[in-house]
Amino acid sequence: MADISIKGLHKTYPGSTELATNNVSLEVAEGEFMVLLGPSGCGKTTLLRMVAGLDFPDKGSISIGGRDVTYLPPQDRNLSMVFQSYAVFPHRNVRTNIAFGLMMKKVSREELERKVKWAADLLQLSPYLDRYPANLSGGQRQRVAVARAIVMDADVLLMDEPLSNLDALLRLDFRAELKKIVQQLGSTTLYVTHDQVEAMSLSDRVAVMKKGQIAQLGHPITVYEEPADRFVGGFIGSPPMNFLDGRITQQGALEVGGQSIAAPEFLARAAARTGGTPVMVGIRAENISLEQRGSEGSLDAAVEVVEPLGHATLLTVDLGGQTVKVQVPATAKVSAGETVGLRFEQSALRFFDTETQLGLTA
Amino acid sequence: MSHATTSRTDAGTTRPEPGVDRRPLARRRRNRVLLQVACILITLFMALPIYLIALAAMSSRQSLQKFPLSFIPDNFSTETMQTFLQSTGILGGLINSVQVGVFTLVLSLLIGVPAGYAVARFAFRGREPYQLFLLFTRALPIVVLSVPLAQLFLQTGLYDSVLAVVLLHSALALPTTILITASVFLGVPRDVEEAARIFGCSPVQAFLKVVLPMAIPGIAAASIFTFVMSWNEVLGASILTLNQRTLPAQVLSSLAESPLAYRFAGGFLLVVPALVFIFFMRRYLTNMWGSTIR
Repeated sequence: MADISIKGLHKTYPGSTELATNNVSLEVAEGEFMVLLGPSGCGKTTLLRMVAGLDFPDKGSISIGGRDVTYLPPQDRNLSMVFQSYAVFPHRNVRTNIAFGLMMKKVSREELERKVKWAADLLQLSPYLDRYPANLSGGQRQRVAVARAIVMDADVLLMDEPLSNLDALLRLDFRAELKKIVQQLGSTTLYVTHDQVEAMSLSDRVAVMKKGQIAQLGHPITVYEEPADRFVGGFIGSPPMNFLDGRITQQGALEVGGQSIAAPEFLARAAARTGGTPVMVGIRAENISLEQRGSEGSLDAAVEVVEPLGHATLLTVDLGGQTVKVQVPATAKVSAGETVGLRFEQSALRFFDTETQLGLTA
Repeated sequence: MSHATTSRTDAGTTRPEPGVDRRPLARRRRNRVLLQVACILITLFMALPIYLIALAAMSSRQSLQKFPLSFIPDNFSTETMQTFLQSTGILGGLINSVQVGVFTLVLSLLIGVPAGYAVARFAFRGREPYQLFLLFTRALPIVVLSVPLAQLFLQTGLYDSVLAVVLLHSALALPTTILITASVFLGVPRDVEEAARIFGCSPVQAFLKVVLPMAIPGIAAASIFTFVMSWNEVLGASILTLNQRTLPAQVLSSLAESPLAYRFAGGFLLVVPALVFIFFMRRYLTNMWGSTIR
């Protein structure tokens, strides 16, 4: 177990002019579960590969447990990894697949057998030890890949979208299982995913990446509730955060879609000085509720689409020309074409600068 | 292990349900029968000459003159084969041929497999011209290659040796070996190789322990091509040797003035080792771990 310290990593792939990672620095504490989250092409996998030693940075440094490993080959870094495509060895049976790393380390026979048995039990692979990967299902292959990684007692466990090739139900199951296993091991984990639900549910901290840089780093709930910029708010959450063009008037009111509600103190004070400023308002679908029309602090909106989801109902409404997603209880009786009143939960309102798209805080 | 994927719906025993059109099933059955017939015909086309040669080689000299020839070995005799094997140069030629085949195989794999890996994995300068250049050797007729080689070998003292033929055959086999292995290496996922690196392999170890075993079917295919090519190649071998003839070269040189029985025996001896080799390599060609390519 060890911490990872990444400092100022620059990487450009040959034949490309765009920086795959642009001056990325990241500290992962010992035993921490860190998730790198971002859309494809944001540099998260590049970052992981550089930590793994499968790619080398152009500039910057990586150290694991205080040891500089920036340009060390992967086999000298004492880490293990789970690949997106599983990458199990098709010409070896499950037992030797799991034991591969230990065999390379020349671990004693008893130790090797004990570890393989432990990992196989943990991942429910015991009945399949003599099978070849070709005769396993996708989920079982991924278990083999995880078993192979955890027997290593490595300083750092790297995972590159390990769940993305599994079908939805299996992914849900395995996600919880993976969390349990990693908690048991307590190893420092760097986990790459583009699935924000995975990131939320697994991580101790999450680093949201965008165009080769870390857009926000923090506790998953913080990132969810207080996105640092519009990109993060739009990327995390399903449905993504609503963004509305608004305006803070000099009188301290928030104008959205031609109607106004109360604006928070800090913005009102600033607006009073400058004579009103445009802002981008962010609010999550679940923080909007239906309200009697015309009541204090409510906004009128026309319902366009009603999507019952079982646990809730998702509404697409038109608020003065802007589309807003609203999540209401499944019991709510709403039909398309109706006009309803909306109440924005004050404490859940987020504000972003219209120019920089960065979050505005008091 | 094989997976029986075709689930048979037995049409004979169950009563046909009303309103169910069974004609497509009958058509399917008919197509299956036609396919089987085609397979048998093609097999016969391939196997019959080999059988006839074997039959003639195992019959006595007199029975060959009979008419019509019988299809069943009625008077089995090793007389023809024995006389053939005892004639001058045949046993030596056989040994030379085996040596040339095996050494060619080893040499072309030693050079061709790493080259194929390089072509498949690395974007090095001049990769495209290299791949094109590879095919040049095959574009030239063997005679055009052999004559200058003969002169070169005469000067260097390699002429009329097993090594001379091995070098020529390796040069002829390399393009196929490289192209076949390259395409197989392309099929080995990079992830798997990277996983080997992560779990403690150096680049060379990753290649030997993971990539190479996964490429075995391709290497087996390349081996068969190489060995059979070398075994059958006669022109270059004839030009480059005088006394150290390979079997086909030896048989060819004495073919015109030899009796019919001799030719059959020669043909038989030329076919068998290649068949035996293919028989043993077949296993690697079609069997992948836990799944069979059919």
